[in-house]
Amino acid sequence: MSVSTIQASVEWTTKATAAHRRRRHAADRRLRLYGIAAISLAIGLLAILIISLIGTGHKAFVQTMVRVDFPISSERVQPENIAAGNFRGVVSDALSAMFPEVVGPPELRSLGQILTNNTQFMVRDAVIADPSVIGGSVTLRVPASDPFDQLNKGVVSRDIPESQRRVSDQQIGWFDRLVSEGRVSTPFNWGLFFNADSRFPELAGLAGAIVGSFYALLVCFLISFPVGIAAAVYLEEFAPKNRFTDLIEVNINNLAAVPSVVFGLLGLAVFLGWFGLPRSAPLVGGMVLALMTLPTIIIVTRAALKAVPPSIREAALGMGASHHQMIAHHVLPLALPGILTGTIIGLAQALGETAPLLLVGMNAFITSPPGGVMEASTALPTQVFIWADSPERGFVARTSAGILVLLGFLMVMNAVAIFLRQRLERTW
Amino acid sequence: MNEAGMTAAGVEAARSGTVRTPDGELSKVKIAASGVRVYYGEKQALFDVSIDIPERAVTAFIGPSGCGKSTFLRCFNRMNDTIDIARVTGKIELDGRDIHDPDIDVVELRARVGMVFQKPNPFPKSIYENVAYGPRIHGIARSKPDLEEIVMRSLQRAGLVDEVKDRLAEPGTGLSGGQQQRLCIARAIAVNPEVILMDEPCSALDPIATARIEELIDELRENYTIVIVTHSMQQAARVSQRTAMFHIGHLVEEGPTDMMFTNPREKRTQDYITGRFG
Repeated sequence: MSVSTIQASVEWTTKATAAHRRRRHAADRRLRLYGIAAISLAIGLLAILIISLIGTGHKAFVQTMVRVDFPISSERVQPENIAAGNFRGVVSDALSAMFPEVVGPPELRSLGQILTNNTQFMVRDAVIADPSVIGGSVTLRVPASDPFDQLNKGVVSRDIPESQRRVSDQQIGWFDRLVSEGRVSTPFNWGLFFNADSRFPELAGLAGAIVGSFYALLVCFLISFPVGIAAAVYLEEFAPKNRFTDLIEVNINNLAAVPSVVFGLLGLAVFLGWFGLPRSAPLVGGMVLALMTLPTIIIVTRAALKAVPPSIREAALGMGASHHQMIAHHVLPLALPGILTGTIIGLAQALGETAPLLLVGMNAFITSPPGGVMEASTALPTQVFIWADSPERGFVARTSAGILVLLGFLMVMNAVAIFLRQRLERTW
Repeated sequence: MNEAGMTAAGVEAARSGTVRTPDGELSKVKIAASGVRVYYGEKQALFDVSIDIPERAVTAFIGPSGCGKSTFLRCFNRMNDTIDIARVTGKIELDGRDIHDPDIDVVELRARVGMVFQKPNPFPKSIYENVAYGPRIHGIARSKPDLEEIVMRSLQRAGLVDEVKDRLAEPGTGLSGGQQQRLCIARAIAVNPEVILMDEPCSALDPIATARIEELIDELRENYTIVIVTHSMQQAARVSQRTAMFHIGHLVEEGPTDMMFTNPREKRTQDYITGRFG
């Protein structure tokens, strides 16, 4: 039996141990500070992005409207054929009534530029909806055209010399008169969400893009969800473990890292070129997005399957369940929360992808939302891209507003994913 | 012992297909294993194990950790098939039929030979669903009232019915450890097996729950053949009629329980029982 020496007990109060303790605390503090610095940097950058977007975009959420009384004289519009009526003349009459001193076609045209170009069609639609106004008048709030919208919102400064402005001093004078008569208002711009794209910023909206994105995501989900889950279940549960399946696994992981523009080129060459599918259709966009989302779903599903405890599998097998029954009745239902969460995150990523959609043409200029998956369409990120390129001043604010709407959808989808994950998470 | 290493009792059993239980009764052999070897990859875990399991009795496998008793138990319902690197050779017969015969459906085998695991593992479903799952997938119940009757009968046989009859819709994972294990036993007997394999069923339970399960095992042996792996010799002594002692993959000795514990033939058995090792 060896004799163990009794060590001298540690002195906790010497200078050396105090210095050691101080160094340890300093190291703890440093680590905390690194963490806080990293988080602050990330949040700071995100805040800068959001604030700058709100700063440039908030003006697009309101639209300058002008209240005008349109006299519908029976000379201009016949009840038998309302659509063929001279609504340009009606608009002209209305403007003359408000500004009796303005005469002559050039000045009248200049005055008419205050209202949006499509005013005549809005009046026509109002009369078609209610033919009884023929012979009387109808009061409508019509959007101001873009230069005056920007003027009213203060984006265009009145101090710039007239030659460098789109609006003349005379027009500004007319507009100010309308303001003083209380005819000008800036309500919330519902048109941003319910109108389709247009040449004119005051009339342009995201409806076509939202519907197009919805169809594309629907197609993407319908293709990638079943295929991805089936592939993952096969690879995880049934495939023999050999070099070939290892190769497949490596390739799937690599596909998740491929730049999205490559998938766009693939879609262009195969779906549009070979298969001959219609260009700009949400079907093609959805198929390309499905290719991109598939690796994500496969990887997430495999992780969720691996997370099911082996004790459940053994219990099922021990009861005489076959391999298929064990997977279908026990493993998949338990893996489903994880699979759903991953799928929503994958779809949220697909929602924001621009490059592949551009390459298959989902930046079509369409003036009404698509009726189905085969019609030419645009998508939210590509719509933002188109607007960013447009010269009209009004599109600057609308581009930022479009980005904010897109971010809004992404945040909602991710919030749903997090909510689902927390609700459905199980503790064993 | 003759040249093949078999005892006189073993010879008698092999000739007549019977095993003598401690009461002196001759009992039919339910499971006959001969020359069973198990390999995990290159490593051999079981060396030529041969044993006869009598029907309607409790047989206990004892031995120190890692001696292969759980591995051998899992051979009886071919659960080792689920492990890729495991390889089983030798003959195991259930009621005279080789269970590795290609004609045998392993799913049906596992319905006839049920298993209860060390850590209670009820499905994360309701208590009713846990017990009803087996009869449902094997098509045992002909109708819904039939299924309900099977579930209640199994819960009653497992001694659980009084505690759960008003909360059958609650999740099985919400029960205490002992109750969960009894639920697993109810689940196993719901498919009307002939053999119940129990792999250290009480090692995760407290003494009171353990005592209840041992009582249950005693009741169950009237209708089922039970093979129990246990690391507690006292439990083996209390509960079993025949005991087999394993050591590093070898079957050292097997025989009637009281003989094994009072008058073992092998020195290794003697040493293990008296606590010299393990």
